[in-house]
Amino acid sequence: MLSVRNLQSAYGASQVLFDVALEIGEGEVVTLLGRNGMGKTTTVRSIMGLLAPKGGEVSFDGAPLQAATPETIARRGIGLVPEGRQVFPTLTVRENLVATAANRLRAGDPWTLERVYQLFPRLKERAEQMARTLSGGEQQMLAIGRALMTNPKLLILDEATEGLAPVIRAEIWSCIETLKARGQSILLIDKNLQVLKRIADRHFVLEKGRTVWSGTSAALADDAELVSRYVGV
Amino acid sequence: MRNEAMVQPVPVPVAYGPLLATLVLALALVVLPFAAQALGQPSLVPLATRALIYAIAAASLNLALGYGGMVSFGHAAFFGIGGYVVGILYQSFTADELLFGLIPGTNQLLLTLAAAMLAAGFLALVIGALSLRTSGVQFIMITLAFAQMLFFLFVSLKAYGGDDGLIIRRRNILFGLDTRDDTVFYFVCLAAAAIMFWGIARIVGSRFGMVLAGIRQSERRMAAMGIAPYRYKLAAFVISGMGAGLAGALMANYLRFVSPDMLHWTKSGELMIMVILGGVGTLLGPLLGAAALVVLETVLTAWTEHWQLVLGPILLVVVLFTQGGLRALLRRLGGGR
Repeated sequence: MLSVRNLQSAYGASQVLFDVALEIGEGEVVTLLGRNGMGKTTTVRSIMGLLAPKGGEVSFDGAPLQAATPETIARRGIGLVPEGRQVFPTLTVRENLVATAANRLRAGDPWTLERVYQLFPRLKERAEQMARTLSGGEQQMLAIGRALMTNPKLLILDEATEGLAPVIRAEIWSCIETLKARGQSILLIDKNLQVLKRIADRHFVLEKGRTVWSGTSAALADDAELVSRYVGV
Repeated sequence: MRNEAMVQPVPVPVAYGPLLATLVLALALVVLPFAAQALGQPSLVPLATRALIYAIAAASLNLALGYGGMVSFGHAAFFGIGGYVVGILYQSFTADELLFGLIPGTNQLLLTLAAAMLAAGFLALVIGALSLRTSGVQFIMITLAFAQMLFFLFVSLKAYGGDDGLIIRRRNILFGLDTRDDTVFYFVCLAAAAIMFWGIARIVGSRFGMVLAGIRQSERRMAAMGIAPYRYKLAAFVISGMGAGLAGALMANYLRFVSPDMLHWTKSGELMIMVILGGVGTLLGPLLGAAALVVLETVLTAWTEHWQLVLGPILLVVVLFTQGGLRALLRRLGGGR
C-alpha cells in the first residue's frame, strides 16, 4: 500500500535521511523504530509532503507521492496523527472532529461522530469543551479521532503515547488493537518495544537516517539484543 | 484525587448570557431613534447610522482578520468600490446613459447594493487570489498596495470626479420608503447590519468557519488533514470583501457623496482600529468598536481638532488593558467568563 524506497531528505543544507525504506501492506500494522533524532518524524513529514524529499521514491497504492502537496496526499487516504497531538485549541472537541471530516475514498463503513465517541467515550463526555482544556491523553484521543473522521486507508501515529501516564497509554494501545482488528492499516512510531512486539506485524529500525533493520515481530524477538541496541533508551 | 477530578466532565453552562445580551442590544438599537427624538437629540440618529455602516465594514474585515487570520490592510478598496458603484450607477441613471455601453444606471437601492457587493466580491477575488499567495507582513503590504493602486486610479478618473468625487443628489430608492428621512435610512442600515451579523454568525458556526479557525491556528496542520487552506482563505476573503462593499454602498447613500477618501489607506486603518478596539475574532466586537470610534470621533472633534492625539492613548489603553477589546471588557464586567 505504502512503499518508501531510498528516501533522502534534508532541512536546508543538513541532510537527515540518507536511505530510508519502508513497506506497509493492506491491513498491516507496521512500526518505525529508532532513537530520538534518527529521522523517524522526518520520514513521516517526507511521506506527508510536509517536507519535500531530496530523492528516492514514495508511492501509495502504486501512485507516486513525491511532489504532491500535503493536502493531496491526505486526500489520497493517509491520516496523520502528528507528534505533539496538535489539536485545534480554540475549537470544541466536536468541532475538531467534524471540521475536517470526510469520506473521500467512499469507504463502505465510514467513521461517524458516534463511532468515534464509542471508541473514546471520554470525548463524548467533553464534546462541547474547548480542546485546549483537555488533558494530554484526551487530546491524543481527539487527534486520533480527528484523523479517523477523514476515513484514511493508512493511519500514521507519530509518538502517540509519548509523555502520557501508563493508564492512558494502555487505553491508547487497546484502541490501536481495536483498529487493527477492524483491518485498519497503521504506521506506528514509538519506542515501547514490549507493546509494539505484540501489536505490530512488522518493524523497521532507523539509525542515522538509514533503515538498518527490518523484520517481523518473531524476527524482532530473535534479534532482540541487536534491535534494542539501536532503539535502546 | 486529582485524577478523579480530571475524569469528571466539567458541566458546560448553557449559553443564555450571550443570547440575552444580543436581544437587549437589538432592542436598544430598534428603540434608539425614538429615544433620540424623545430626548430632543435627533442628531443621534445619523450618528448611529454611521456607526452601523462602519460596523458592517468592520465585521466583514473581522471575518478575514479575526476569524481567518488574514490581516488585510486594504479593505478600504472594497469599501470604496462599493461606494463608487452606487455613485457611478446613479450618474448613469441621471444622465440616462448606458454604463460601458452595456449596463443601465439605476437608483434602486436593492440593485445598487447587490451590484456593489458583486463588484467588491470580484475585486476581492482578484486581490485575494494574488495576495493570499503570501502571508504575514507581505500580505499586509500587498493588500495595502492594491488598495492604494485603486485609490490613485479613482483620483485620476476625471469622468467620476477625480479628487472631488461624485455627488449623489438623492439617496437610492427602496420600495415606497422615504430614504431621505434619517430614521427610515437608519432602519434600512439596521436591517442590513442585522442580516450581515446573522450571516457572519452562521458562517463562523459552520464547518467552513471551523476549518477557517483551524487554518488560522495552523495551515500546515490543516493541510495534513486534507484541506487546501488557500481556497478556504480565498472564499473567506471574498465574503469579507463583499461585506465591506455593502457597507461602502450604504455609506455612499448616507453621505450622498463618494470620493477617493473612502479608498484611502487611512480608511483601512480606521476599520482595523474598530476591529481591534471592539475585539478581534468576536461576533459583536466590531459593532462595539465601530460605535466607540464614531462616538469618540464626534465627541473629541467637538473638543479639539487634534482629536487623534487623544484617540491614540485611548486605543493603547484598550489594547493593553482589556485583553481582547471592549467585547472582553464588557464580558468581564458582566461577571461572565
